[in-house]
Amino acid sequence: MSPRLFRAPSDTPGQRPERPLRITVDGEPVDGVAGQSIAGVLLAAGRTSWRTARSGAPRGVFCGIGVCFDCVLTVNDVPDVRACRRRAADGDAVTTQTRAAEDEDAVTTQTGAAGDGDEPAVRARTAPESRGDRA
Amino acid sequence: MTAASREDARRHVVVVGAGPAGLAAAAAALAAGARVTLVDAAERPGGQYHRTLAEEFGGPHDGGSPFARLRRRVLGHPRCTWRAETSVWALERPDPEQPGPPLVHTLTGPADGNGRRRRVLTPDALVLAPGAHDRVLPFPGWDLPGVYAAGAAQALVKGERLVIGDAVLLAGTGPFLLPVAASLLAAGAGLREVLEANPAATVARGWARRPWELTAQPGKAAELARYATLLARHRVPYRTGRTVIEARGEGRVEEAVTARLRPDWSVVPGTERTVAVDALCVGHGFSPQLELPLAAGCTLLRTPAGPAGEFVAVDGDQLTSVPGVYAAGEITGIAGAPAARTEGALAGWLAAGGEPAAPALRRVRRNRDRGRAFAARLAAAHPVGAAWPGWLRSETVICRCEETDYGALCRAAADEAGAAPRVTKLATRAGLGPCQARICGPIVAELTTRLRGAPPGGPAEGLPSAAPHRRPLAQPIRLGELARTPDAPDTGTTDPSDPTDPSHPSEPTDSKESTA
Repeated sequence: MSPRLFRAPSDTPGQRPERPLRITVDGEPVDGVAGQSIAGVLLAAGRTSWRTARSGAPRGVFCGIGVCFDCVLTVNDVPDVRACRRRAADGDAVTTQTRAAEDEDAVTTQTGAAGDGDEPAVRARTAPESRGDRA
Repeated sequence: MTAASREDARRHVVVVGAGPAGLAAAAAALAAGARVTLVDAAERPGGQYHRTLAEEFGGPHDGGSPFARLRRRVLGHPRCTWRAETSVWALERPDPEQPGPPLVHTLTGPADGNGRRRRVLTPDALVLAPGAHDRVLPFPGWDLPGVYAAGAAQALVKGERLVIGDAVLLAGTGPFLLPVAASLLAAGAGLREVLEANPAATVARGWARRPWELTAQPGKAAELARYATLLARHRVPYRTGRTVIEARGEGRVEEAVTARLRPDWSVVPGTERTVAVDALCVGHGFSPQLELPLAAGCTLLRTPAGPAGEFVAVDGDQLTSVPGVYAAGEITGIAGAPAARTEGALAGWLAAGGEPAAPALRRVRRNRDRGRAFAARLAAAHPVGAAWPGWLRSETVICRCEETDYGALCRAAADEAGAAPRVTKLATRAGLGPCQARICGPIVAELTTRLRGAPPGGPAEGLPSAAPHRRPLAQPIRLGELARTPDAPDTGTTDPSDPTDPSHPSEPTDSKESTA
């Protein structure tokens, strides 16, 4: 079995208070309900992983509270968004990310879209060949 | 004196983190007459402890709970500015000759977005209450999808009504496993068993020592009894002295291997058992979020509490080593919500310039001291056994981001040059990935120390120490956001045209300031 949404006994019977929403993941439609994080939408849709690490190993949610960065994906052309912290919005276009066989700086521009969205997130990491250890 | 200048004369207290500690700090600072800016990355206050179901679900409201009343009181207060969905990405220290509270650089908007609003806050005093996250010790297969930190399972259930599976195994150490088990059961998830790594004798000895202290935390004993009853009713076994030593599966977790542990957490050979699971939740206590205290220049305190044994050093007034910077909650020691609330109340009151000899503070200080005693009890009852690395294999991933394995750390430590943490880091890349060593940093430091048989060497010459929590940028910021001019320094002054009289607080509302 997969992760799933559950109902609460306190809900009014026969009434679904949830408002449906639809996002796309790598072009495929995925249905969720308002209030879910993007990670929640993906998990409830039966996807436990959506990112690949350098070795190609799959990654999904691990810490669930924005600390581990395992779950990052691209949302509306903005890369490196933590899926567990971002609330899903109807119409969000989500693209999965990979670090496999790529140089680090390329990861953030893989969607190829122009404009603001291509800004890499600056964090004090990172590619050892260019910036060294500043962590 | 006009109303506006009277407002300007008030102390401006910035509180970072709106969990139990931060919310209590904000309330106390308001009570002491300060202007308060309360900042949190989440959409609503509460932190991880009081995480509430997203409003969109239209679920039950907790309007009558003490927490909900406090939240309304703070957010509805005319002298409080509530900044939801706001990350502190940097603290800028003033003149090093005159240490004091730093400028607080914030970003407001949807998480990791690219058009967030930049602000700079200029506090007269700063209260740091960023909280903690799960500490998870690595084991073979812990990087498989379907293996979660215990807090993730809790956050998904409480925040968005999602259960992570129907054959869940919950393992690790500490009392936090129990509320997670309770949430999963209440949500209808199938829970196979709950495994506490420490043997019953260690847990019992820790909880039973100085029993008179426990009477000061009566709620805790009742809470534990409730959890025990719940597990029994659902026929979920709670086993001590056993843990998960391996996760297996093709592309996601399918099996967990559990084994009996000795008191030092060495595996008892021949006791391995394989359990079919669809999700595995693990937690070995908590790691404090130390990047902001470090950025503010606060001194840390080492405690003998295992791999994450570093906390912010505070005096009896919750003041850190930096004048005007206070710390409260889990960053001063893992003690739970009640202790965090008392620390927050004390920090907020004093940060606001409240009377240190106020009679009401006596009780707050006494409760704070009890909270600290409770923290010591927790650490004694749920220690991390020194022999845990025994379940690691050479190919076990330690740094999830960079996939540095245990073998690479062993090789780096064996190399004489690997003495300095910075050199280990560059050689193995452990801690250089997107999470910036938040998950693996303390683990790598501990393993390296053990492998070397001595504390790791000092920093490479001329460079700051590569402490696992030192991060120049506390949160990611995008280049475009960095290039934009921030809004004028925000001193928390209320709008001069606002005729609200602070002595007559308006009817509390739950509304959240628009952050557009």
